[in-house]
Amino acid sequence: MKYAYYPGCSLEKNSAAYDISVRAVAEILGIELAEIDDWNCCGATEFFSQDELVACSVVARNLALVEDHLRQVVAPCAACYCNLKKVDQLMAEHPHMNTLINEALAAGGLRYQPGRLRVRHLLEVIVDDIGEAAVRDKTVRSLEGLRVAPYYGCQWVRPGADVDNPEYPMKMDELFKWLGAEVVDYPVKAHCCGGHMTQVSEAQAFELIRRLLQNAVDYEADLILCMCPMCQLNLDGYQHRVNHFFGTKFNVPIVFFTQMLGVAFGLDPARLGFGKELVPALPVLQSKLGAAPASA
Amino acid sequence: MAEKVGVYVCHCGSNIAGMVDVAEVARWAGKHLPGVAVARDYKFMCSSLGQAMIEEDIKKENLTRVVVAACSPHLHEKTFRRACQNAGMNGYLCQMTNIREHVSWVAVDRAMATEKAKALVAAAVQRVQRQQPLEPMFVKVNPATLVIGGGIAGLQATLELADAGYKVYLVEREPSIGGHMAQFDKTFPTLDCSACILTPKMSEVGQHENVTLLTYSEVEHVSGSVGNFRVRIRKKARSVNEDLCTGCGICSEKCPRKVVDEVFEAGLGTRKAIYFPFPQAVPRIPVIDRQSCIWFERQKCGACKKLCPTDAIDFHQKDEILEIEVGNIIVATGWKLFDCKRIPQYGYGRLANVYTSLEFERLCNAAGPTGGKIVLRDGKTEPREVAIIHCVGSRDVKYNEHCSAICCMAALKFGHLVREKTRAKVYSFYIDMRTNQKGYEEFYQRLLEEGMIFVRGKVAEVTDAARKPSEKGKLIVQVEDTLLGKQQRIPVDMVILMGALEPQADAKELGLKLGISCSMAGWYIERHPKLDPVATMTDGVFVAGACQGAKDIPASVAQGAAAAARVQGMISKGKVIIEPVVASIDEEHCSGCRVCNTMCPYNAIEFDEEKHVSRVITALCKGCGTCVASCPAGVITGAHFNNEQIFAEIDGILWDAVSGRDGEGARAPAGTAAAAATP
Repeated sequence: MKYAYYPGCSLEKNSAAYDISVRAVAEILGIELAEIDDWNCCGATEFFSQDELVACSVVARNLALVEDHLRQVVAPCAACYCNLKKVDQLMAEHPHMNTLINEALAAGGLRYQPGRLRVRHLLEVIVDDIGEAAVRDKTVRSLEGLRVAPYYGCQWVRPGADVDNPEYPMKMDELFKWLGAEVVDYPVKAHCCGGHMTQVSEAQAFELIRRLLQNAVDYEADLILCMCPMCQLNLDGYQHRVNHFFGTKFNVPIVFFTQMLGVAFGLDPARLGFGKELVPALPVLQSKLGAAPASA
Repeated sequence: MAEKVGVYVCHCGSNIAGMVDVAEVARWAGKHLPGVAVARDYKFMCSSLGQAMIEEDIKKENLTRVVVAACSPHLHEKTFRRACQNAGMNGYLCQMTNIREHVSWVAVDRAMATEKAKALVAAAVQRVQRQQPLEPMFVKVNPATLVIGGGIAGLQATLELADAGYKVYLVEREPSIGGHMAQFDKTFPTLDCSACILTPKMSEVGQHENVTLLTYSEVEHVSGSVGNFRVRIRKKARSVNEDLCTGCGICSEKCPRKVVDEVFEAGLGTRKAIYFPFPQAVPRIPVIDRQSCIWFERQKCGACKKLCPTDAIDFHQKDEILEIEVGNIIVATGWKLFDCKRIPQYGYGRLANVYTSLEFERLCNAAGPTGGKIVLRDGKTEPREVAIIHCVGSRDVKYNEHCSAICCMAALKFGHLVREKTRAKVYSFYIDMRTNQKGYEEFYQRLLEEGMIFVRGKVAEVTDAARKPSEKGKLIVQVEDTLLGKQQRIPVDMVILMGALEPQADAKELGLKLGISCSMAGWYIERHPKLDPVATMTDGVFVAGACQGAKDIPASVAQGAAAAARVQGMISKGKVIIEPVVASIDEEHCSGCRVCNTMCPYNAIEFDEEKHVSRVITALCKGCGTCVASCPAGVITGAHFNNEQIFAEIDGILWDAVSGRDGEGARAPAGTAAAAATP
């Protein structure tokens, strides 16, 4: 199956591990990802409160750039996913905005008909389109013995509430059960990671991060799986600051779900971006999954 | 045609006149419609003055037909037919046309609404001139009644009728009557023991000479109509011979197979494979749950059979099909509890000490699994803090929009019981307190004084994710206290979810069998929400209790009694009018193909083998017209809806409804041209 691929800015640099592992896993599952040519930033969260029309037009440009024969666009970043989906819906529901945005696009010789594309997160594609049988079929190294805590954050489930239960999502839980992992059913899995709050109010942001880490530790998770670069950055990158702030001793590796999927598919961890995270994940993999992953 | 038609256009106050130019409709009809001798408009045509006006015109002007353009015939067709009859005209020569529900209430443009009203009046005037006088028929009412559902509403209805001396068949699908009320400990607001007030009624029903009690039974099929229903009932195999069983209970006592009781004990307690649902069950005859019984699993054990002193155990018993005949049916099938797992953030099914309201009823019931001790799932720890969450699945567009009506009061009752039996602090998390029946507000005041803590806000989540050491091992209720305007985290040991009352899962299915309809949510629809709350649109079928909408015990009892009173009225009258709007077959031209026999949804067509013709059983015919349309020879006629009448009506409605704009003279019945063209 072929999908348009929108990696988003994070996946180019600080979440390169996500991009690498997404491409590796997609290849194994036969998901053909055609990267949108000359894509641009999705505007993240801030731009929308500055100038909605410009922000929407910037997002719509990405949709307009998708090749004509493709009907679905995949975004692994939850924020990009949310923005692409939001703008498509807004254009469909508000003809006036649709006209204005298309006028802006026309300046660049582009146009977008709302509803032409279906915006998908990679997790949906793997769980709903590829499905259990194919995933199990590709699993060569069971994740048995590893306690994983799927962390969904807010941007994937909340805005649409049409892909999973917004209060208690289960898709990633399901996926990792197929892989043989012990899935930790912990209650904060759809709570907020703080987003960009670290830049505004550290105390607030660190408290939100602490709650997530604390709950995962209380439920004896070996590692937390993320599906959003922002979540991964906050939980991983700020973990030592949180420890310093609260006097805690968290040492929970935070990885992208696609990285662990790759491990289950028998890929070399080095090819999956392991080692880029700040709280090292490989020692946990080695101790929990027995045999040391190749070349790590 | 020499008919003289009177046309009466009603203002209905401003209901019609506010959107339709009624005077213009009357003026136009009087001037342009052929056959119209009198056309008037009047403020309230249904008032006695309005009726008198029609009667007077019939006499003075020698009218032979009447058209009333007003509301729905559901409301006033009888009124105007009666008025015409008073003046000596056959009631079926009066035609109503609906310019309120079909025009003024749904239109937005006055000019167009007026034109539509004219078209409808034209249709009625065309049609009425071809109508024929008909005489209503009467059938006797079978004095026996079927009550479906043995909860408190059904029991009340049954007793009212049986005590009045009439035969009642009470069908209940569970092995015992009693319904949800049998599960409760106390009842609000008086706190009298639920079983103490219910069980006398149950045993009275069980022993009543006028009651045939059919438990563990379900209605399979209903045919016939008001006065004479035929009902097929499946009496499920109990595997116990009811005539031999003495109810000694030794079978249940000795049965080695224990299973979780999901029905009566709401999953909190166990029962045996052969069991009485509860000690005061009526009838006191056990039932074998074949799914769990060892004998049905592998033909072993048979302890009950060996030990039964009267040899009443019958492993080979089969379902029995009964056919009964009744004149009326009362539906009292009750409610089911919302599946609290649908709101995962409240943790039911995941967090051990989150309970549903029904579970808690069993928990504090002295006859329940803990003997009435309020303890956590471990079976011994008394909670120190208890949270009661209101509106779980009610008043929430994601689940049910309705208010479940009983939860506020039940929550107060729970609060009282917790305070009485333990030293626990009790929190109520409510959106609005609704305590609007007799004695309810007083009970709320009482709980305020007893120290129950009320927090106004919809709970966001119940979690075991502790943030502080003081929260460790607790369930934390996260809520915005909307009176303080603050987020609160309240650690508790036990959470009770006041789940919504929902219609029974198969309410629609039963409704189809009975010919009554359900609202979008699944509650049965009454004939009128204010003025006819227990009748339905199907004559002879009544509803009572929570199957019509969430309600508490007093309201259910009132409805049960009301439905019984309505049925008694039918019985003492002894006969019902059958509309003469029925089909008839021209036997001379009937080929005996029997197509109509299978098409009739009411089984109202019989086949005369000797003459080889089909014949309509008038008492059963509902006048739906299916057979008329299906007859290949075209020899079935629907009285009051024959082809000539229907085509005339269509002709009338197809009059150029907008031609008023380019001169009234242009109007002509569409049919004149069409009729000329068709030989």
